[in-house]
Amino acid sequence: MRTFVLRRLLEAVPVLFGVSALTFLLLQLAPGNFLDAFLENPSVSQAQLAQMSRNFGLDRPWYVQYALYVKNVVLHLDFGQSFSYHQPVFTVLRRGMGNTLLLALAGACVTWGLALPFGLLAAARRGTWVDRTLSLGSFALLSLPEVLSGLLLLLFAWRTGWFPIGGMHDLDHDRMAFVPRVLDTLHHLVLPALVVGLVPLASRMRQMRASVLDVLRLDWVTTARAKGLPERDVLVRHVLPNALNPLITLFGFTLGSLLSGSFVAETVFAWPGLGSLTLEAIQRQDQYLVMGAVLMASALLVAGNLVADLLLALADPRVRHD
Amino acid sequence: MTDARGGPAPVPQSPARRAWSALRANRVGTVAATVLVVLYACAALAPFLAPYGEGEMDRVRFFHPPTPVRWDGRVDVTRPTAAGVNRYEAVPGASAPVRWFVRGAPYRLLGVIPADRHLFGVDAPARLYLFGADSMGRDVFSRLLYGAQVSLTVGLVGILISFTLGLVLGGVAGYLGGWVDTLVMRGAELFLSVPALYLVVALRAAFPAHLSSRQVYVAIVVVLAFVGWASLARVVRGMVLSLRRAEYVLAAEALGMSRARVLVRHILPNTASFVIVAATVAVPGYILGEVFLSFLGMGVQEPAASWGNMLGAARSVSVLRDHPWLLFAPGAAIFVTVMTFHVFGDALRDALDPRQGPGGRA
Repeated sequence: MRTFVLRRLLEAVPVLFGVSALTFLLLQLAPGNFLDAFLENPSVSQAQLAQMSRNFGLDRPWYVQYALYVKNVVLHLDFGQSFSYHQPVFTVLRRGMGNTLLLALAGACVTWGLALPFGLLAAARRGTWVDRTLSLGSFALLSLPEVLSGLLLLLFAWRTGWFPIGGMHDLDHDRMAFVPRVLDTLHHLVLPALVVGLVPLASRMRQMRASVLDVLRLDWVTTARAKGLPERDVLVRHVLPNALNPLITLFGFTLGSLLSGSFVAETVFAWPGLGSLTLEAIQRQDQYLVMGAVLMASALLVAGNLVADLLLALADPRVRHD
Repeated sequence: MTDARGGPAPVPQSPARRAWSALRANRVGTVAATVLVVLYACAALAPFLAPYGEGEMDRVRFFHPPTPVRWDGRVDVTRPTAAGVNRYEAVPGASAPVRWFVRGAPYRLLGVIPADRHLFGVDAPARLYLFGADSMGRDVFSRLLYGAQVSLTVGLVGILISFTLGLVLGGVAGYLGGWVDTLVMRGAELFLSVPALYLVVALRAAFPAHLSSRQVYVAIVVVLAFVGWASLARVVRGMVLSLRRAEYVLAAEALGMSRARVLVRHILPNTASFVIVAATVAVPGYILGEVFLSFLGMGVQEPAASWGNMLGAARSVSVLRDHPWLLFAPGAAIFVTVMTFHVFGDALRDALDPRQGPGGRA
């Protein structure tokens, strides 16, 4: 197990290097120098520019620049300086990454919290109107892209006044005690999390239904029923745990769509996460921030896939990673 | 030709023919296919079907709500009220009939035939706003049709490029193996390690921010193609790996066929049914890629219309509150299109996969 984790972590390193090289190349293709946008910006001093230029070798060929970037990142965890925030990129990103992770996890809770019971229900009532309604509903949700569901929920929030229409905190958040502060954040989290969670719901529910149906065919389910166990107990105590196993692999697959989904939700609801940061950075040509953000998003994805593999190993004794 | 029992031998059916009849038998699939054909026909005939031009503005009536067509087929003439901004009232006694084949803004049908007739319309000073007007007094219905030209085709062109890339790269990697395989698969892994929309936005940033509308179109297609090839290449490689040892492949090789020919003529066609279904199911993702980019203002730029930038115009709470048709019109178009592609993809999967009978999927 430990060797497996170590090996996977080691494998992740070249991937992240590759991603950084890819982003670096892309931004090299983009017209203009990293610092062009700030040449006429009075809030950035010439000394600062010169320092950056030296540190990142902006006057040197691109491969030297990339090597310097990698050196700075690896040795000093220095992802460069964000000009629009007047802070090191890493400081800015750390905040955004936490927020994105929170949103993606909340989205995952929505997806799985709805997919498991509904999938179980659809399988248990296979072929009835319950099954058909659920499948139709999930199909409609699948066709409702995040951009659209986001705007619809925004409209809903405005019409009812039940939810805030954006942001992560109320204005007086900083003056609140701990518990109201958490509640305030949760209140802001509900709608973006729905946006993130609803799109993957359809396929997860379908897979849960299929998985439950597979288990229901097995002999020991018949045995459990034959010994007189109520159907509810058969489903919850015997079928559910066994149907969950194959779904754990899917956890990793969901992560990519959760991160992309939270990108959209962040832009619609002004949630201050990695996605909004990336976008803002691109619009302000804050290129070190763009590179850092894309790298962080990829790191989240790679780490999530690793966690999914580990979960699978823990859940299924037949899977041995060594 | 007769068989041993004297009856006529059944005509062998090609897989494509069998799939076609299976698809025809699937009612939902047929409906979905029809809807898709209608949607694309609307996009192709947009200038004729739209009562107004893409950028035709009404400088008096901004944010006009949808105009109802009265029971007698006439439309009221409206004017701004003195009471509030963007509020309109009917001018008493003034109305105009909705007429067929009216003369309007000149255009070129299908890009070649010059014409100035529109399917329907009303005479000035009345304006027909089936789905309302936007912030510049442009007809949302007309812009929806023009926008379809971008939004619907971007997906198809993008998928054509990325699936060709994925098919070729995945096929070559699986068939040749060795360092080619390693190289291609590492590359694919790289692209799969970046969450899709981050990759889309980063790729878009590699192009200059301000491009002409034609350049933007190309840029979007390239971006989407780059994002999409990797997942397909991975699956195709897996399929090719298992097909590589098939007897007919060995036979073809033994006959001295070149490797490229074996790959193109014998191996890749066997992945076709999977690839076609995967492509159909993937189209909505590409359409949404364009919608998202344009929504953010990084895609198709005003005054050109696309479903994404029309949706982007509905972003602010004040627009959502006062002029919700700006959200509902493009929103409904996107929803219907995405849903139809999903339904069609599902039907196609049933029709193309010989291992699964209809309804066989759990």
